[in-house]
Amino acid sequence: MSKLTYAEALREAMAEEMERDKSVFIMGEDVGVFGGCFGVTGDLVERFGEDRVRDTPITETAIVGSAVGAAMTGSRPIAEIMFAGFLGVPMDEIFNQAAKMCYMTGGQAKVPMVLRAPNGAGIGAAAQHSERTEAWFVHVPGLKVVYPSTPADAKGLLKSAVRDDNPVIFFEHKILYNHKGEVPDDKDFTIPLGKADVKREGKDLTVVATGILVTYALEAAEKLAEEGIEIEVIDPRTLVPFDKETVLDSVEKTGKLIIASEETKRGSFTSEVSAVVAEEGLFLLEQPIKRICAPDAPVPFSSALEKVYIPGPEKIISAVKEMV
Amino acid sequence: MKESKDKMIQMLEDMMVIREFESTVQKHFAEGEIPGFVHLYLGEEAVAVGACNALEEKDYITSTHRGHGHLLARGGDVNKMMAEIFGKATGYNKGKGGSMHIADVSLGILGANGIVGAGLPIAAGSGITSQILDTGAVTLCFFGDGASNRGTFHEAINLASIWNLPVVFVCENNMYAISMPQYRSDGRKGQNIKDVSDRAVAYGISGVTVDGNDVMAVNEAVTEAVKKARNGGGPSLVECKTYRHRGHFEGDPTVYRSDEELEEWKKKDPISRFKNLLKDQELLDDAEYDELKEKVEARIKEAVDFSQNSPDPDPSEVTTDVYYGEGV
Repeated sequence: MSKLTYAEALREAMAEEMERDKSVFIMGEDVGVFGGCFGVTGDLVERFGEDRVRDTPITETAIVGSAVGAAMTGSRPIAEIMFAGFLGVPMDEIFNQAAKMCYMTGGQAKVPMVLRAPNGAGIGAAAQHSERTEAWFVHVPGLKVVYPSTPADAKGLLKSAVRDDNPVIFFEHKILYNHKGEVPDDKDFTIPLGKADVKREGKDLTVVATGILVTYALEAAEKLAEEGIEIEVIDPRTLVPFDKETVLDSVEKTGKLIIASEETKRGSFTSEVSAVVAEEGLFLLEQPIKRICAPDAPVPFSSALEKVYIPGPEKIISAVKEMV
Repeated sequence: MKESKDKMIQMLEDMMVIREFESTVQKHFAEGEIPGFVHLYLGEEAVAVGACNALEEKDYITSTHRGHGHLLARGGDVNKMMAEIFGKATGYNKGKGGSMHIADVSLGILGANGIVGAGLPIAAGSGITSQILDTGAVTLCFFGDGASNRGTFHEAINLASIWNLPVVFVCENNMYAISMPQYRSDGRKGQNIKDVSDRAVAYGISGVTVDGNDVMAVNEAVTEAVKKARNGGGPSLVECKTYRHRGHFEGDPTVYRSDEELEEWKKKDPISRFKNLLKDQELLDDAEYDELKEKVEARIKEAVDFSQNSPDPDPSEVTTDVYYGEGV
């Protein structure tokens, strides 16, 4: 085990996969000598050279489109899109090309690529640089969607994403980049896509949370425990495929469900989890589901507004108290 | 001479296969046997055949919504192609792709694409693999004049240029993006330059315009560009001026162009021109041509029989192949 930040864990995952498999390469804006906009690729260009850590121009469409072509011909590209809010630019390449190629060719073509995208608000970056776009991709058949909340999960899931034969949209929360945690050193450490993690066990209420909200839910759990309330915190880790069994099992135990995400509420991943639980576990619930999300508005710039906008631990605490 | 004669006869036959295949699709579409949209390659045969004959087995192509000709010129199986267009289980894509997405990935075909201009970045990516894995493969990217106005054209060619990728961008300028003329001195037009290849200079790559209805001219230009790409000389843009005999899709009333214009282009038909050239050079006589024609017609007829007698896909196939190698 090593104590690494989330960003370092991601870098280590990429380095290990590039050492293991010469078809793995990185491309994106400022991922080379600059080390990545958030420093995630760091010194990888010095270790692997400019051929395998490719600095691109500002060209999101060609980054994703060429990742598709590289993946179809035997490479395993890891492409970085600088902010999740920029994913609208190469949207055709994601949802019409990467996602549909296997199906449209009747299973002939494989597209093993990873698209990394820094997600989320909290750094005063305003509306276009603070987007949380995971729900757009959850909706698209053919894509896998991954969103780790800890350094260990970041490493294990990124390695699995690189090894997967399908396009994976890999979200990373900006605030988490500097969070530290124990990370296994084993070069074969991977976490399977489609397996949720129970981050904290509890009997009174289930909180399903993604990204930074996992951290906030765990903070809330600490405080609630002081008052004798034990909440269970589940991180799906991969939004597609979604491990609904772990969630339904927990709801069966607690009878109460909160779904927490930094997304804007309407049509979010929380909507999907709610629908799945309503369809398959309605009678496990003792009372209606609560969702904790950002309001249906773009992310505001002013710190005073952004603080109100982002759902923090206190919102989880008060929602839990209303329910138990 | 023997080798070049064989190659020329082969190219004539390849063009005749496309002509017969497309004419047959046209007929069965009109009869209601084929669902969806079909975009026929009639009139443009020299581009696919001239270009694909410049490639080696290990090379790749990206195709378009008007892609039957590309796949046939690359050696696609006519039975599996026709069955796909008929939506049958025995088709290349198990009936999940149809006319616009027909592809044989094992022949290095990186999808036929329903999104105009989507193939250009994919071709650039295939070029990246050639560099990273040092495969020596060249990728040939087919796209139309319409696609040359999309951002993908700019981004992909720029990327190919700065990274010196082994990609040949082949623009099939058939003069119209559905109803929008590529260029005219006045009136509606898609761009204000006569030749798409003029754009090459902006990317620091070579660009040429050739007669796209002259299969030898296409073959010569693309062969040179492929050789350059394979030898580390980077990408090129080859514009082939041609004309589609049919509308954009079957059912297009073609109100945007005149019958006179069509007749002028039919005089420059790539197949009759090449046949006459071969006859003039005494490389082909009428009897040999008739024999070739019979052979081609029989092949396509067999493909129709195969398709008509093939089963529909099983309903369980709706949700398979969403993810590679995973059932559902």
